[in-house]
Amino acid sequence: MDIIKHKHDAIVIGAGGSGLRATMGISQSDHSVACISKVFPTRSHTVAAQGGISGALGNMGEDDWRWHMYDTVKGSDWLGDQDSIEYMCKNAVESIIELEHFGVPFSRTEEGKIYQRPFGGMTTEYGKGIAQRTCAAADRTGHAILHTLYTQSLKNNVDFYIEYFVIDLVFEDGKCVGVLAWCLDDGSIHLFQAHMVILATGGHGRTYQSSTSAHTCTGDGNGMVLRAGLPLMDMEFIQFHPTGIYGAGCLITEGARGEGGYLTNSDGERFMPKYAPNAKDLASRDVVSRAIQMEVNAGRGVGKEKDHALLHLEHLDASVIHEKLPGITETAKIFSGVDATKEPIPVIPTVHYNMGGTPTNHFTEVISDGTGTTVEGLMALGEGACVSVHGANRLGSNSLLDLIVFGKSAAERACEILDNKSKNHPDIKKSTIDNIISDFDGIKNSSGDISTAELREKMQKTMQRYAPVYRDEETLKKGIEIMKGLFNDFKNVSVSDKSLIWNTDLVETLELNNLLYQAVATLYSAYNRKESRGSHARDDFPDRDDKEWLKHTMVKIDKDGNSIFDYKPVKLETLTDEVETVKLKARTY
Amino acid sequence: MAKFTLPINSIVKKGKTYKLDSDPKNILTVDIYRYNPDDGSNPCIDTYILDKDNFGPMALDVLLYIKNKVDSTLSFRRSCREGICGSCSMNINGTNTLACILNIAEESHLKIYPLPHMPVVKDLVPDMKNFYKQYESIKPWLINDNKPKREHLQSQADREKLDGLIECVLCACCSTSCPSYWWNSDKYLGPASLLHAYRWIIDSRDTAKKERLSNLADKFKLFRCHTIMNCTKTCPKNLNPAKAISHIKTMLASE
Repeated sequence: MDIIKHKHDAIVIGAGGSGLRATMGISQSDHSVACISKVFPTRSHTVAAQGGISGALGNMGEDDWRWHMYDTVKGSDWLGDQDSIEYMCKNAVESIIELEHFGVPFSRTEEGKIYQRPFGGMTTEYGKGIAQRTCAAADRTGHAILHTLYTQSLKNNVDFYIEYFVIDLVFEDGKCVGVLAWCLDDGSIHLFQAHMVILATGGHGRTYQSSTSAHTCTGDGNGMVLRAGLPLMDMEFIQFHPTGIYGAGCLITEGARGEGGYLTNSDGERFMPKYAPNAKDLASRDVVSRAIQMEVNAGRGVGKEKDHALLHLEHLDASVIHEKLPGITETAKIFSGVDATKEPIPVIPTVHYNMGGTPTNHFTEVISDGTGTTVEGLMALGEGACVSVHGANRLGSNSLLDLIVFGKSAAERACEILDNKSKNHPDIKKSTIDNIISDFDGIKNSSGDISTAELREKMQKTMQRYAPVYRDEETLKKGIEIMKGLFNDFKNVSVSDKSLIWNTDLVETLELNNLLYQAVATLYSAYNRKESRGSHARDDFPDRDDKEWLKHTMVKIDKDGNSIFDYKPVKLETLTDEVETVKLKARTY
Repeated sequence: MAKFTLPINSIVKKGKTYKLDSDPKNILTVDIYRYNPDDGSNPCIDTYILDKDNFGPMALDVLLYIKNKVDSTLSFRRSCREGICGSCSMNINGTNTLACILNIAEESHLKIYPLPHMPVVKDLVPDMKNFYKQYESIKPWLINDNKPKREHLQSQADREKLDGLIECVLCACCSTSCPSYWWNSDKYLGPASLLHAYRWIIDSRDTAKKERLSNLADKFKLFRCHTIMNCTKTCPKNLNPAKAISHIKTMLASE
């Protein structure tokens, strides 16, 4: 097989918000960079982010990044690393202003400043008031940001390799030295050598059957990391968004509640004040999702199956809906046939975000163990990474911020490292490449008795059933048993399309391999953590246990689907003395 | 008189038919354009006869059902499944649209083709390179050397001028529905790129209005638009590229 070779100082895998921001940053230096993506950049899932990006700009009332930091630590249920959280919140304003200068069409206040809306868990003065901190471009903020970052990359003449599927990372003597990729357009195989490989491959929402995530959210980078024998971190923490459209699973932004929307049960009761007397419908997502589930479990769900809740916007002024929430009004109409200006939208907690992923230090350098040993040549950021700013539960509008702040800092860090590195690319052994190609060919030529779609559906149903909002030992144990079987069934998968040009049968099979690795990692981690914290709610261990579990889970998965655990202490110390550690306390809203 | 014939390898033939074993109440017949560049044969139309109760109400649900349950070799682009990423643009029953937000509950027969007049890479996957290049050519980024400490101020009224333009998802439905674009896509920029050009021309923060307009003052780039309006009719996001183009023409005329 002919392999086309490329050499760059850095390569970025993925062209969503974080990948593009990192690529752009490096492209402005003397170092050469290429961005490789399995989809055209504006198709990446950042495009679907709705509500906004958080930052203490203070355009709509007094604000302080320290309050933002407090909210983020509390939102994370104290599992977030406070050095990284400090870095993110402190750099938010500058990063958002920069986006505006790039041309992002933010909504505006009467004074012409960036418009900011309330969002779940975002408060002023350490929990006292409700903050308006989330910068919005109507309810299409991700779309506005992603398109802008793509065109900024064009302006900076970035080398893009679009619709290339990265098969695996290439390691030589424990260092990451590049990737092997398959070009869908002509079927050719490419070796990209680089001194720094930056993974920005996104989350793995598609391990579940019902998810707000796009079909392409298969966490490919995390699959590669596990196959390379490296760990993933905090995989048990999966955020259920309270308001996915019932049935279709499409997202209705938290901004809908930020603008004044609220939830009711089958009695027509506005139930959130029972669960969160202060924040009510604007409590953080894990709290609201559990509240909906409790209402359903108590027989107060709505609909024929009594299994969901209603989101009301019809009391809002038509101009608010028209100006601030046009996108979700359209989505509600298309996917549930509801005119949101007249009737409530049926909603259900839906898998939305992965707090866990490839572990990194606050410079976004990938680490391989609980002591923080870095992996040379490899960085990770975005939803696929775990830096960890979101801990056990992410606050809404902190994900776009995560992408932008760490995208920018990853570029700076990569350049710093590259400045001090030899420009010579190491020789890569033939056997290293041959091994990856042989695995790839094995999958391509597979002709077992189970189709990719069938195996994927089994995996997704298993996750849906055995790793839901509320978990316990018995269901998780059963889930692991089934999932391990499915993991090993991958050997019996079959790929019908034997061509190499735009063979989406093969793409989906490679993605499924990545998903299966992450699905087992999630189940093992959830079974292993015997406490409730943030999004991880165990019926059998209902309380947070700081004595035993104030630590990050690190899990490796071997070839047979077995787990190997390690732990990393939570960083409670802040990065600088500009702010004090947010001390542990009970989390109520 | 000149005589036109299609090259022999471009004639679309009849392909396979996938029938049902059962005899369901609600039948959906789906004809899909198939082309595999690897096997050297002509494009063909495969027919899938399906039980409508097996899948959801959107055209994308049908395609996913076929790919997952009937024929996994079918290739098409898709991602967000909610009309925001712009991947699954194709021609369904004669209209360019996004498969994920086209409700087909009332249909009994679908004819699905790739976006018209684009080179086909495989099945429903067209080559979009030229379309993206044209988009890049209008410099779709903010030009303003002034970098204030805080955000550029923009009034709500000025911001509102961008509504109806910034929602574009670059699906190419409009451009590939335009007869002018069919014949002159090498030189005519097409409605999508022109809509974006207008978006930057009228952004109150942008300082390059003059250069942007003069770059478009070309009998092909802009003036191949003959106000046919297919673009506006077909846009799955209900935008109005034709109106944006006419504004550019007026601006140039009144300069």
